[in-house]
Amino acid sequence: MRRFATGRLVVAVKLPLLVLLAAVSLFPVVLTVTNAFMSEREIAHHFGALAGSSSGGEEAAAMPTERVSIRFVPERATLRPFGDLLIYQSKFLNLFWNSVRLTLPILIGQTAIGTLAAYAFAKLRLPGRDRLFFLYLLTMMMPFQVTLVPNYIVADKLGLLNSYGAIVWPGIFAAFGVFLMRQFAAGVPDAYLEAARMDGAGHFRIFRHIMLPLLKPGMMALLLLAFADNWNMVEQPLLFLTEPFRQPLSVYLARITEGERGVAFAASVLYMTPIVLLFLYGEEYLVEGIQRSGIKG
Amino acid sequence: MPRYRAPIAREAVAVLAFLGPSLAGFLLFYLIPFGATVYYSLLDTPIQGRFVGLDNYRLLWASASFRKAFVNSLAFAAVSVPALFASSLGLALLLNRAMPLRRLFRTMFLLPLVVPAASIALVWQALFHWNGAINAAAASWGTEPTDWMNTRWAFAVMTVVYIWKNIGYNLVLFLAGLGNIPAEQLEAASIDGAGPWRRFRSIVWPGLAPVSFFAVVMSVVGSFKIFRETYMVAGAYPNDSIYTLQHFMNNQFQSLDYPKLTSAAVLLALVIGLAVAGLFRAESRAREASE
Repeated sequence: MRRFATGRLVVAVKLPLLVLLAAVSLFPVVLTVTNAFMSEREIAHHFGALAGSSSGGEEAAAMPTERVSIRFVPERATLRPFGDLLIYQSKFLNLFWNSVRLTLPILIGQTAIGTLAAYAFAKLRLPGRDRLFFLYLLTMMMPFQVTLVPNYIVADKLGLLNSYGAIVWPGIFAAFGVFLMRQFAAGVPDAYLEAARMDGAGHFRIFRHIMLPLLKPGMMALLLLAFADNWNMVEQPLLFLTEPFRQPLSVYLARITEGERGVAFAASVLYMTPIVLLFLYGEEYLVEGIQRSGIKG
Repeated sequence: MPRYRAPIAREAVAVLAFLGPSLAGFLLFYLIPFGATVYYSLLDTPIQGRFVGLDNYRLLWASASFRKAFVNSLAFAAVSVPALFASSLGLALLLNRAMPLRRLFRTMFLLPLVVPAASIALVWQALFHWNGAINAAAASWGTEPTDWMNTRWAFAVMTVVYIWKNIGYNLVLFLAGLGNIPAEQLEAASIDGAGPWRRFRSIVWPGLAPVSFFAVVMSVVGSFKIFRETYMVAGAYPNDSIYTLQHFMNNQFQSLDYPKLTSAAVLLALVIGLAVAGLFRAESRAREASE
């Protein structure tokens, strides 16, 4: 077997290289998680140097050359930062709740709307269907810098300015959900639908009893990809929500002050936990979603 | 009686029911306001404005900060997309063959895709700050420290962060593409004496064309999202080399400068639309050539 011939090369060269690259890939997450269990004093000790000016120049040159030290193992592991976060800093929980209130309706809405539209785009006859789909595709590829102004104009006209609706509604109708679900729906063989049609089933029954069960993996994939994207939103809240206390945690963590650095890692861990757990649970769906997105047709 | 309705009518009702909600929202929140954006970009002020033709575009282009942001965003895409393409393809080739722990490796490279930028902002700061860990390492080796975030190096830092974030997505695409290349074909070529480079060029590379096309498109989209990381690490006023269109838009937004905002959005939509159309055309031409 050829596999044995390459076996030695794998062990000697490729595997160490992959381990090294994987370590680089995991480094930020591992550092964040381990440092979340450090006491406030230890964090101040390791990261105190960040307090100074972020730039070089004379000012920095005059300062003592103390620098950040990267430590993975806490001197004494403690749950204190998490306790502080939950008990004394209720602000963080409020911001976390804001994130939920922004993300959850988008996920539910985008999945529902996308699944319905996917059936039409993949399986119904409609003049100009593919041209319309191309328009969706094009919109999906536009960065937020393009859609921000149209979003603002509608929010203004509908009186949604400074409310979550200004972010949630465009999110629900984002073209990505339709695109991804359509890719999954196109993969359902026509023969299945034809058989049901022969038995006299209408479109709604076909959708409910054949399409919907087969689209479950697609819905999972969309939930995961849309969750990852929206849980990470920065641009929209930054521009559309003026009050700091209404921001999602994804924006607030960027402006964390020095006094809060003791709980910053714990807050970061708290924030990434839901999406990371969902990812570990549904990785296969995510992978299938990415693969389907790359298939034309 | 609905049961005996002509198939065409039934189809129309179904289209309305299934596509209606999405299309209504798409029109209301994207297409119509984009039309309004184009319209406003031709007026001197949005309320009772005067038609000024392309004056706003001329003024926009005359603004040095717009040109800087525009050039930086395009430069970032031009540098980081090929860099991401090469590194993720390399990684996919490494992971393609039977490899112990293959799935675990894939999980580890995919993880950054779902981690919110905010959760690891502190890590990037701890690394690239003037007093950060990298300069600490440099100092212990006796090298001069580098001001990573406040010099042109910031561009390189953002490229690295971008690759870190997006490599998993492309990796999955490329692994799927590689999986579609018949093993017999590669084996036959290798029996005929084709070396690894020859096999890559004549079999693997053309076989990856459809996937590559989509990887490039998605990478370009992703390159415009790098603002999130930039903002987390460098704040609203980063070094000139990573001042992107999103920073420009934010600044115009603070003053609600409609002429600049609308014309910038339309111009960017045009550039990206043309780039995507060009890519689609290149892809279909490549497809025709291979058939």
